Amino acid sequence: MSDSFSGPLALVAELTHRCPLHCVYCSNPVELANRARELPASAWTRVLREAAELGVLQVDFTGGEPLARPDLGEMIQAARSAGLYASLITSGLPLDEKRLDELVRAGLDHLQLSFQGAREESANEFAGAQAHAQKLRVAEWVKRRHIGLTFNFVIHRRNLDQLGEMLALAESIGPGRVEFAHVQYYGWAFANRERLLPTREQLDRSLDALKKAEERLRGRIRVEYVVPDYYAKYPKACMGGWGRKVLLITPSGDALPCHAANVLPGMTFENVQARSLRWIWDESDAFRKFRGEAWMPEPCRSCDRRAQDFGGCRCQAFLLAGDPAATDPVCSLAPRRGVVDAILAEVNAAPPATPMPKTEWLYRPNPA
Amino acid sequence: MTTPEPNSFPRLAAGCRLNEKSQQPRVLLMPERALRLNGPSLEIVERCDGKHTVQQIITDLQKIYAKAKPEKVEQDILGYLALLRDQRALDLE
Repeated sequence: MSDSFSGPLALVAELTHRCPLHCVYCSNPVELANRARELPASAWTRVLREAAELGVLQVDFTGGEPLARPDLGEMIQAARSAGLYASLITSGLPLDEKRLDELVRAGLDHLQLSFQGAREESANEFAGAQAHAQKLRVAEWVKRRHIGLTFNFVIHRRNLDQLGEMLALAESIGPGRVEFAHVQYYGWAFANRERLLPTREQLDRSLDALKKAEERLRGRIRVEYVVPDYYAKYPKACMGGWGRKVLLITPSGDALPCHAANVLPGMTFENVQARSLRWIWDESDAFRKFRGEAWMPEPCRSCDRRAQDFGGCRCQAFLLAGDPAATDPVCSLAPRRGVVDAILAEVNAAPPATPMPKTEWLYRPNPA
Repeated sequence: MTTPEPNSFPRLAAGCRLNEKSQQPRVLLMPERALRLNGPSLEIVERCDGKHTVQQIITDLQKIYAKAKPEKVEQDILGYLALLRDQRALDLE
């Protein structure tokens, strides 16, 4: 693989872990960074310049909720000055039209708005906040400005049956792109997994509906979705392969190959305040650890798909098999696939989703 | 996949733009993806400004690539514009 050591294409910039929402499947780590440790805009400006020099084309400003940073406009401007495409991954809170105009003037290219469903009551339940009505307002505001708009519906057992309503909502507003993102089981979602994993029947029905929607909306709305990997035959090419395409910076400046990597034992992640991005990407132990094929166990090492899925996800291997260097247990060829099958058997034996008292959720809190 | 109308005006959709002329390689940037542009595809995308019709783009490129068969150039352009439209990178007005 001659391109293994070329530069990353995308930078995920987690500006803060603070968030007005408390989603039960938040991808942030269970250990949240507090405000005092957040990188200042001046450090982000340097990181964005270094990223562009490394070949990065796009930056996703995310969090937590990036709007919680009053200096977000400054960082968008720094991204554009560095020649990067700037996306804002947001819940839409707290935002008004004046602030949106400020961000657009700063050079925002694209806003991705998360939705917890199509029905206000349950969407607010999953978010642990009164957020849904505001999202609808934000969508209309963004539509009136000439920037890209994506709706991101996070889907799972408790809202998958609202898929038709979610599609209708997207069609009524008309973003250029709509993403149906199955919950991925890390961090807070891992803690709430039994309440979130869909049944096989729910999944099959939803995939059929999504395929039809993709066809019907072609040329108007780009519809994207992936099969949740517990149900897949082969693992996902997590982040396009470890240290191959994507670099993530946490609010306090640690550089990670993916959102969840800090759960892995025995890893040291370098900080952008101490090291250059190029050194971190090219030289650091963390980025080299699972890059390429040398680390792979069998059956990955001799598998025809090893250059397609790179052995799957290291964090999932650790969470499900207890070993970050194992074949991702969601793979049908993995020695530990039985762990996933047992989880699925339990989920599919349970009765279909029924209303569940709110107190059963483990909500993500806010950092100090 | 329907063929773009010769009299329509292609324009890059909201959230889609070329990177700067000074940047190499040239790419079409769009939400969550980027498309690398080579000679002809860059010539096409640079003309998707809402001011050129599909027909004008075809005529321009037939001049630039005079050695290629004109009908092949036309076919390639129509296919490429349809692809960009289906990716929601292009509005045809």
